[in-house]
Amino acid sequence: MSNELIGARVLRKEDNRFITGKGRYTDDINLAGQTYACFVRSPHAHANIKGFHISAAENAPGVVAVLTGLQVLEDGLGGLPCGWMLHSKDGSEMKQPMHPIMAGEKVNYAGEPVAVVIADTYEQAKNAVEQVAVDYEVLQAVVDTSSAAEQADIYPDIPANTCYNWELGDAEATSQGLAEAAHITRIELINNRLIPNAMEPRAAIADYNTGTEELILYTTSQNPHLARLIFTAFVQIAPEHKLRVIAPDVGGGFGSKIFVYSEETTISWASKKIGRPIKWTAERSESFLTDAHGRDHHTMAELALDEEGNFLALNVKTTANMGAYLSTFASAVPTYLYGTLLAGQYRTPSIYVEVDAVFTNTAPVDAYRGAGRPEATYVLERLVEKAASELAIDPAELRRRNFIGKDQFPYQTPVALEYDIGDYEASLDKALEMSDYAGFASRKDASQRAGKLRGIGLSCYIEACGLAPSALAGSLGAGVGLWESGEIRVNPTGSVTVLTGSHSHGQGHETTFAQLVSAKLGIPIDDIDVVHGDTGKMDFGLGTYGSRSLAVGGSALSRAADKVIAKGTKIAAHLLQTDAENIEFDAGEFKVIDSNEGKTIQEIAFAAYVNHDFPIDELEPGLTEKAFYDPVNFTYPAGTHICEVEIDPDTGVTEITKFTAVDDFGTLINPMIVEGQVHGGLVQGIGQALLENCVYDTEGQLVTGSYMDYCMPRADDVPSFDVGMTCTPCTHNPVGAKGCGEAGAIGSPPAVMNAVLNALGQTDMDMPATSEKVWQAIQNAAASN
Amino acid sequence: MSETVNLIVNGQDKAVSCSANTTLSQLLREHLMLTGTHVGCDTSQCGACTVHVDGKAVKSCTILAVQVDGSEITTIEGIANQGEQHAMQAAFKECHGLQCGFCTPGMIMASIDLVQSGMDLTEPEIREGLEGNICRCTGYHNIVSAVASAGQKMREA
Ligand code: FES
Ligand code: FES
Repeated sequence: MSNELIGARVLRKEDNRFITGKGRYTDDINLAGQTYACFVRSPHAHANIKGFHISAAENAPGVVAVLTGLQVLEDGLGGLPCGWMLHSKDGSEMKQPMHPIMAGEKVNYAGEPVAVVIADTYEQAKNAVEQVAVDYEVLQAVVDTSSAAEQADIYPDIPANTCYNWELGDAEATSQGLAEAAHITRIELINNRLIPNAMEPRAAIADYNTGTEELILYTTSQNPHLARLIFTAFVQIAPEHKLRVIAPDVGGGFGSKIFVYSEETTISWASKKIGRPIKWTAERSESFLTDAHGRDHHTMAELALDEEGNFLALNVKTTANMGAYLSTFASAVPTYLYGTLLAGQYRTPSIYVEVDAVFTNTAPVDAYRGAGRPEATYVLERLVEKAASELAIDPAELRRRNFIGKDQFPYQTPVALEYDIGDYEASLDKALEMSDYAGFASRKDASQRAGKLRGIGLSCYIEACGLAPSALAGSLGAGVGLWESGEIRVNPTGSVTVLTGSHSHGQGHETTFAQLVSAKLGIPIDDIDVVHGDTGKMDFGLGTYGSRSLAVGGSALSRAADKVIAKGTKIAAHLLQTDAENIEFDAGEFKVIDSNEGKTIQEIAFAAYVNHDFPIDELEPGLTEKAFYDPVNFTYPAGTHICEVEIDPDTGVTEITKFTAVDDFGTLINPMIVEGQVHGGLVQGIGQALLENCVYDTEGQLVTGSYMDYCMPRADDVPSFDVGMTCTPCTHNPVGAKGCGEAGAIGSPPAVMNAVLNALGQTDMDMPATSEKVWQAIQNAAASN
Repeated sequence: MSETVNLIVNGQDKAVSCSANTTLSQLLREHLMLTGTHVGCDTSQCGACTVHVDGKAVKSCTILAVQVDGSEITTIEGIANQGEQHAMQAAFKECHGLQCGFCTPGMIMASIDLVQSGMDLTEPEIREGLEGNICRCTGYHNIVSAVASAGQKMREA
């Protein structure tokens, strides 16, 4: 595959519809006879339901139906499942509370749906919701992550509110390393809870046809096939062949739209009951309350070093908040996506990590951009920076001293992963140069003269992407294999329809995948369309998360393209009356070797469908090929982020004066799109470090339930970025790609915090470093001096 | 209670009957089926719903339809000129100023107003000018480039 399209900044094919207002998001769709749903949500974080009073609502104008959690129970609907089975240290299975689609007997977080009103208009539904009365017996809420295990049990059959106590690594070797250390650096950290906030609120339209008994569900999903599977196999809403799930244009996901939620499930069930389509669109307040949140870890970690600053051992103990129920992937996030990443870019010989996952009366917590890997990177890179400061070693130098060398790959870490390739010094060096690290001291002096505090912070991250080798994932508890499918239909006139099980909700697959297929087949990119997000069009796929689309979905397409070429070769051989061995394919042409004879792929496509004389036993008509790709390993994007800040000591306001990100994503198909992914990830990471924080009060009420209280990064909160790349192509997938969607959000939080702390001359502070917190830290330091 | 609101929307006269509490964004999306204008929040914070009312950027979720009776409304669907994209639309594409596209119509409408307001459009000014529009995807970097580039073209034109 050598083609000028690989690595080209091709403008996005999908943009025209978005910039002209012709995108088609779920809420833009309206069906004949459509009704509207509005949910009755629990005002309490923890309460027993004593009774429902729905007759006033049932008689309200325009109301078609009022359904409660009791009817869910009566109908015997299954609960929403978690797809990843974890085991505790003692071998016992994780505890999983029943997660009903609407609560009928007990509510476990504020905002949990208990009933739904369906009416002719949304306004009528919303008005009638006010007339549903629910009797609650309020119970004490469990909210705090670190003390959840000591509080009263939320579920009678789940002792100590504990989902699992998980471990990974070698406890003995790690304590040995700590015992032998010349120096131990210790840190206690909270990884602040975040609310994903894709700009398009979740929405769904369920359309049950009583004649055909088919259910079509339009939904804001990152993985419609998974939704269909869960609906069928677990909740048992409709048989799979009668259920079509369509995720049309989706306005951002960041993980929050991977999961199957109560609302789309409820309206699917309800549509069948009322025989009319039902639309539900979340108001932003509902998104805050019920979209799966992210992060929420409390961690203690210690790093043992020898006299030269070589890392000897790392010991990590984390408590992770799962919220009230286990969301679709929740159990895997603080374990296999976290503990396994704690080696980072370093040769640390012994690592031991324990994770206690706890239930609380808060919204479910699940994967949010980076999912586990930002938490791991945060622990490690805060710890390393603190060690550097305690040992008075330059933080870049301390990292370099401990890097896995570029000649040490493949590298088996003590926490289960085998890195295939990387060059960590290359990205560090490039970042140091781009950020003018050497010139920092003089910039700091200049700031000082102006009465400002300047700081610089590094973060060298690694992540595991391209979920996942199915066999490995299965052995670790995944409920499904994590391959991807791809299909290439070369139409008779030479245009191409590409079908992928990946889903694009901003990532630009319609362009990147078209580039890839165009490069493979030599067909102009304008003749290639990518179709995704409809279970009625492709048979199965596992969707988009974990930066897997190109590495796994792209690899499937690469294989499908190889199959198209193989089939085309046979057709060409037949048409040119030679053996297939005599045909070579290059740049869209099947040529007879050592001759001038040949056929273009367009000619072959036409012949594939219209020919009269194929030897049908050996050669079938058509030029459509499908392939599945199951990766043999994860991919390991890695890089260095360097943040420089200036703090005004009078106000505590932190300004990022320069942010440099150097990433190794392997082979890039479209650097423009890749850089865009980095920018977006960086701002989510910077948002976490400086602005964003999800807060519940002690009763379990969400305090940060709107954009007034939850501080989203806005254009004037962040700088422009210096983004650079290094490249060691992935060794085990045909594209060489590693994935780029999450790196920005993974690498940046510790870089920002390290810079802030460097400016303050301190080593401890939790995110977000708001101006208030920074100002207070300055005051406290002054007072104690 | 139904009211009749008379508007010029994207150059066309419209008389819409709607209830008194219908917002402009609802009128556009639900009565006129102009779904390019998006609704991303319920507190007037995100700017996804930004349209032009008599040439000025307004968050259409924040204003009642009856309040803009007699006004000229321009939405994302109405800024191209006879099929030729507005310079701001073209710049968003050219600079990769959008990803999921959900904030994009509002961003483009706000940005056009920003340029037309006559500011110098330095980077800090653009950033401050777009403070009322949230984008969760792009990190703003390329949006700022797009506005700067379109601003220049719009001024030269
Ligand atoms: S929808 Fe109007 S500001 Fe958010
Ligand atoms: S492009 Fe997705 S919110 Fe801006």
